[in-house]
Amino acid sequence: MSAPAPSMFSPDARAMAEKLGLKLGRANLEEFADTLQALATVDRSIIAVTSDSRGSGKLAPFGKALPRQLIEVGIAEQNLVGITAGLSACGKKAFGVSPSCFLTARSLEQIKNDLCYSDVPGVLVGISAGVSYGALGSTHHSLHDFAALRAISNITIIAPADNAETREAVRFAAVAAHPVFLRFGKAAMYDVSPACARFEAGRAVTLRDGHDVAFLVNGETVAHALLAAASLAETGIAARVVSIHTVKPLDISTVLAAGRDCRVVITVEEHMVHGGLGDAVACALLTAGIKTVFRSVGIPDEDTVTGSQSDIFRHYGISMEGLAATARELINGRASGG
Amino acid sequence: MPSDRELLLKSFALRRRMLRLIHHAGAGHTGGGLSCLDILSVLYHRVLSISPESVDSPTRDRYVQSKGHCVEALYTVLADRGYFSDSDLDTVCRYGSRYVGHPTRKVRGIEMNTGALGHGLPICLGMALASKMDADAFRVFTLLGDGELAEGSNWEAAMAAAHHRLDNLTAILDHNTLQITGPTRDVMSNEPLDAKWRAFGWEVRSVSGHDYAALTAALTAPHPGRPLFVIANTVKGKGVSFMENVARWHHGVPSDEELKRALAELEAAEAKCREGNP
Repeated sequence: MSAPAPSMFSPDARAMAEKLGLKLGRANLEEFADTLQALATVDRSIIAVTSDSRGSGKLAPFGKALPRQLIEVGIAEQNLVGITAGLSACGKKAFGVSPSCFLTARSLEQIKNDLCYSDVPGVLVGISAGVSYGALGSTHHSLHDFAALRAISNITIIAPADNAETREAVRFAAVAAHPVFLRFGKAAMYDVSPACARFEAGRAVTLRDGHDVAFLVNGETVAHALLAAASLAETGIAARVVSIHTVKPLDISTVLAAGRDCRVVITVEEHMVHGGLGDAVACALLTAGIKTVFRSVGIPDEDTVTGSQSDIFRHYGISMEGLAATARELINGRASGG
Repeated sequence: MPSDRELLLKSFALRRRMLRLIHHAGAGHTGGGLSCLDILSVLYHRVLSISPESVDSPTRDRYVQSKGHCVEALYTVLADRGYFSDSDLDTVCRYGSRYVGHPTRKVRGIEMNTGALGHGLPICLGMALASKMDADAFRVFTLLGDGELAEGSNWEAAMAAAHHRLDNLTAILDHNTLQITGPTRDVMSNEPLDAKWRAFGWEVRSVSGHDYAALTAALTAPHPGRPLFVIANTVKGKGVSFMENVARWHHGVPSDEELKRALAELEAAEAKCREGNP
């Protein structure tokens, strides 16, 4: 038996979540697998393509229930994307599922040409994304995927925050007419979506309103920002939290509204600080002529510290405590270069 | 269905048209285009179940040109088969044209955007798997270059195609033995090709890539339970004496004078052929 994964959240953060009434859901990856299986049971054109990744993609039950709709390609990610494209060009709704670190680096040319340039409606699912693999090291981290894919035309990039956003993102991808990239981690996530939230690709969701600071966040960092906002509220700082689940196309109007309404804008992502959500938001703000106090929180351009996902998050300030401290620092104008 | 002799007579006109296209565009892959033109002719006249009227039919056979750089040969054959107007060929590589210097789906009859090498075969695996799911609705063909075989993705696909027993899939190798730097055996030797592909679980057939009857037989005989690899032995620059087996014609564009000489040679060869047996 391996040791249980350390909680993504500190005891204080868990206490805050309890105070907010947040329910701990399951891993987005598990939600993805069940949603896909449910869809594929009804729509027999839905095909999962795996590169020895059905276990890590939680797709073993899918493979058992729908064996004719799961294609195994072996540990061969270039082939996985080419096959996904070929299936998609012939009327199948193919989901190529592989660890994001390999999928979006080794097969980048296949993504660019076979899916995006050829414009076939295939879906790529980057599993165990970001630093989900923690201490396995940088070979297994995908801190480049937003940046790499943002530079390719014709792909929608979605990193859902919780189980509800995951479910809706998979449903969207299953009927999308153009390529889609979905990015999932494997830690259990708090349910952060409002019950009435309507999911739309490219439309950000405001989880909490405030005018002192805006956290523009996505994926597994969203819950941390939401908890940070609650902790800031206890000292009279009103924070807005927006889940920008779709990195591309970016919800520009929601980003600009945050820049206009709030004194400070902080982006948070489980990604290298270059080329991801932070850069996209900064570019949108500057292009619109909005000058604001801004900080992009992510994994810095350095040899990533060794540790579990939660260790790495904490080390780089992606935690309730870390994000609240960054907000206070920027609001108080003490940020170096801030 | 045209006879061997009819295909041969047509081949002179197709070669001339392709050379004029490349000369007009000021860019293109002359040597490889001439080496694969007869293969394309056989595919589009005798093998593929597809026509300009059926380009959107879900059950049409699929052809993906993995060696996308030889798009001029494909454009020439598609225009000749009526997929688009011959005059469109004058726009290849021109500003705003949909006729890009590598295959794109903007062009009627082209299935996938190719040009980066080592992509066609994996895509064709996906297509062949889709066909299998739909009760073997169609067959899938791709054309590879021999220099292209150095791309590792081909070997991922070679392994997977046999594993999935894709007997609706055919890969044709335009085996002209030359690539941009020189002889393939000097750049990155790939022999023994037949033993390699057999060892990967493929049915292998080796024929002349300029022999219409042999190509037709190799491409149409069934190969139950296994994908098919056809080694089409070709001559790079085939049909123009000063272009044959010369590496610089890989992407050499003929000058006005060279075009004139090449067209004259092909006209003389055609006339000689017409004088011969009917």
